[in-house]
Amino acid sequence: MKKNSVVFMLMMSVTLGGVSVLHADEGFASWLFSVERKKGVEPVTDAIYNEECSACHFPYQPGWLPEASWQKLIAASALEDHFGESAELDEQTQQHIINFLTANSADKSYYKRSKKIMASLNKDQAPIRITKVPYIIKKHDEIPEKLISKNEKVKSLSYCEKCHKKAEKGIFDDDSVFIPGHGYWSD
Amino acid sequence: MKKYIGLIVIIGLGCVSYAQANMDDLYKYYNPQGELTFGAERGKTLWHKKHLDKKGKERACTTCHGEDLRKSGKHAKTGKVIDPLAASVNKERFTDLKKVKKWFKRNCKWVLGRECTDQEKGDILKYLSQL
Ligand code: HEC
Ligand code: HEC
Ligand code: HEC
Repeated sequence: MKKNSVVFMLMMSVTLGGVSVLHADEGFASWLFSVERKKGVEPVTDAIYNEECSACHFPYQPGWLPEASWQKLIAASALEDHFGESAELDEQTQQHIINFLTANSADKSYYKRSKKIMASLNKDQAPIRITKVPYIIKKHDEIPEKLISKNEKVKSLSYCEKCHKKAEKGIFDDDSVFIPGHGYWSD
Repeated sequence: MKKYIGLIVIIGLGCVSYAQANMDDLYKYYNPQGELTFGAERGKTLWHKKHLDKKGKERACTTCHGEDLRKSGKHAKTGKVIDPLAASVNKERFTDLKKVKKWFKRNCKWVLGRECTDQEKGDILKYLSQL
């Protein structure tokens, strides 16, 4: 028994070691721990972003849109009329947020959902809504409107966290979806 | 032990004076020359006054903050819960000048279609701090 487990460990370390060479630039530890994480979208860790962009809705992860989209959304003139609201920021905060968003935008992310977002957009497409990205539209096209816009507890597809219970962690798998007033989603 | 009690009292006093200083700082900020007097009654009227938006729909400060400021409000469009605004139940309120300035600017524009004057802001703060 003991011998078996030693052999197993040896085999494992050879296998992992082999793979880690392929990922040498990222480092073995980060590769090992990232396998699980890189499935979703990168969670937000920036405190200023979380404070400023969570007042009216869920703080969307930068990995949902390409840099060009964020540039359009966060331009000073755009924030004055942000979907009919004033989301104006002082210059310093605005600069911090635009830096954070563009450094972590979908086009630069290795996370699976960001890659899917980019794959579904043409080169010159830069929507200012996540809910206008073809990948997101397609993923939700089977949900009847009565569960979304006609559902008082949800109101719009824009409010991801109403249904995706692990949204803040960047996890959007279909098995963590619970539609308020309806229940768990199953095919 | 005595030493500690002294320390606790000092810390306690420190907290109280800090909170009060902050509200006064806000009044001072909106009234640097000291020529304005702020009144909670005027603030209350402003707070509840209804304005019409471009589509003729009513808008007031209560549209998002609700009728009872000791309870949570709800953002008119997104439905996101807004923590109570009354300082008596929410100690974090009106402690950050930058935050107060930012939301006065945004919310006055949304409700009145213009920025509020210093007089109006001071009156509203008087009202909100007394709830
Ligand atoms: C004053 C309120 C407010 C603030 C602050 C605010 N937003 Fe918004 N945001 C809105 C509203 C309202 C909508 C439109 C929601 C709808 O259509 O139902 C919106 C929509 C969005 C959308 C599009 C969602 C979709 O449908 O795909 C993005 C992206 C977005 N906001 C990003 C941000 C970012 C980034 C910040 C921080 C700089 C921010 N918002 C701050 C009110 C706000
Ligand atoms: C009304 C509830 C609801 C809202 C709001 C919502 N989703 Fe979803 N989402 C779902 C459901 C249900 C599914 C699963 C669809 C299926 O499998 O047929 C899903 C699937 C997804 C998937 C694919 C998951 C997978 O396993 O393939 C992604 C990615 C996603 N949503 C992202 C978002 C984002 C981003 C937002 C906000 C901009 C959002 N969703 C808002 C209900 C919602
Ligand atoms: C469209 C929705 C909406 C309306 C209408 C609205 N507010 Fe607000 N208000 C908010 C949101 C969102 C916040 C920030 C969220 C939070 O701090 O919990 C906020 C925060 C504030 C703050 C910051 C308090 C602090 O120090 O934390 C003040 C002051 C304020 N509002 C005043 C007003 C006044 C005055 C009016 C009417 C002219 C008004 N609001 C109308 C949405 C609204």
